[in-house]
Amino acid sequence: MSGVRVLVGTRKGAFVLTSDETRERWDVCGPHFAGWEMYHLKGSPVDPNRLYASQSSGWFGQTIQRSDDGGRTWNPVGNEFNYDGVPGTHQWYDGTQHPWEFARVWHLEPSLTDPDTVYAGVEDAALFRSTDAGQSWQELSGLREVKGNLWQPGAGGMCLHTIVLDPNDPDRIVVAISAAGAFRTDDGGQTWLPINRGLKSPYELPDPDADVGHCVHNVAMHPSRPDVLFMQKHWDVMRSDNAGECWHEVSGNLPSDFGFPIAVHAHEPETVYVVPIKSDSEHFPPEGKLRVYRSRTGGHEWEALTAGLPQQDCYVNVLRDAMAVDSLDSCGIYVGTTGGQVYASADSGDTWTPIVRDLPSVLSVEEQTLQ
Amino acid sequence: MIRVMLPTHLRTLAQADRIVELEVEGAVTQRAVLDALEAAYPTLRGTIRDTVTRQRRPLVRFFAGKQDLSHEPPDAPLPDPVATGDEPFLVIGAMAGG
Repeated sequence: MSGVRVLVGTRKGAFVLTSDETRERWDVCGPHFAGWEMYHLKGSPVDPNRLYASQSSGWFGQTIQRSDDGGRTWNPVGNEFNYDGVPGTHQWYDGTQHPWEFARVWHLEPSLTDPDTVYAGVEDAALFRSTDAGQSWQELSGLREVKGNLWQPGAGGMCLHTIVLDPNDPDRIVVAISAAGAFRTDDGGQTWLPINRGLKSPYELPDPDADVGHCVHNVAMHPSRPDVLFMQKHWDVMRSDNAGECWHEVSGNLPSDFGFPIAVHAHEPETVYVVPIKSDSEHFPPEGKLRVYRSRTGGHEWEALTAGLPQQDCYVNVLRDAMAVDSLDSCGIYVGTTGGQVYASADSGDTWTPIVRDLPSVLSVEEQTLQ
Repeated sequence: MIRVMLPTHLRTLAQADRIVELEVEGAVTQRAVLDALEAAYPTLRGTIRDTVTRQRRPLVRFFAGKQDLSHEPPDAPLPDPVATGDEPFLVIGAMAGG
């Protein structure tokens, strides 16, 4: 029997939610790592029992946890994220140069082919890779050579939060960094290109068309069409049809084009989901209505999905890693909020029900479709 | 035998008791005690001291004998009651609430 495992990272621990393919009844297991900030958990696509988790604390720093039994038990692995060579400096809030300093791991992206290989996106922004199941980490430092001295932290810190692996080309990786932009490697991480042409940031950058400095919030891809990328930028929902060589806006009729997460339907590459947020200073849904928006046309035309979601007095946010889709026949979609709810839809977003209502603030939601 | 008391989160992480006992070679200093602690419990590497700078993490405190030793030099001798094992060396998560 098939089923779904939903991995939820929160401000005060991690939770594992499981259901069969009906997705009507859920078993809630947790909190794991109670009291710790769990920025992200993700399972290996080739070994569903292999999970990685980012565990951190303002007191005790960063730990990486690994499970080899689907999240029942966990063991700490390597937590040394040492920048390659002399770390150098990046731009600081006051315009001075500031040394690169490791703060935490925002995102873990297991390899599509090897359960022992996993990538980590960290703050201060850099990409690390482990090929020994998380025991040791090496920086892919060519990324920071792409005008890294001009990158500067946004309000949430200078974090590398998005890692998209190309299923057709193991040497191609797309990453995104807050207040720096999107970048791509075609040689396995040795060299990188900024892929920000077409992004416009007229109120955030002195040069609205700059090649670095854009505040990219999230990037999504359908595995059947890796050259088509969808982006939720600080403002604007964008699309590229050439692996990021150039972007065009597809915000269309959204009530706000500010937001954090973006996701693509598991079986329909032109069906895209976003969660509009009112503005950069008002991180809650417009009109107090939590609405996931769906485009079935690859952007431009969006419909509000509201059935089962709160439609009054709702002032939560959905963070960039807090939306995920499953790949069951009827595609499921999951959204976690800063209010501690995880909403699930088993019908591509038409109707929603809360799996849990009262978790700590949700930082991330990932799913594993179990066959 | 040196005794070190760990805060709850580090106890859980290391799967250790509230107080752990350590053999420390030579002079009993903060650095020597923490080196011995990390050798005995490798999962604590990076949680008390930064992995690169080896400096105390900002929100970790070291207490012993009703004194805050957090700002003492890492190679300064710890108080005799700690060195003799009569009193524990306390690793504390600093007050950081609001």
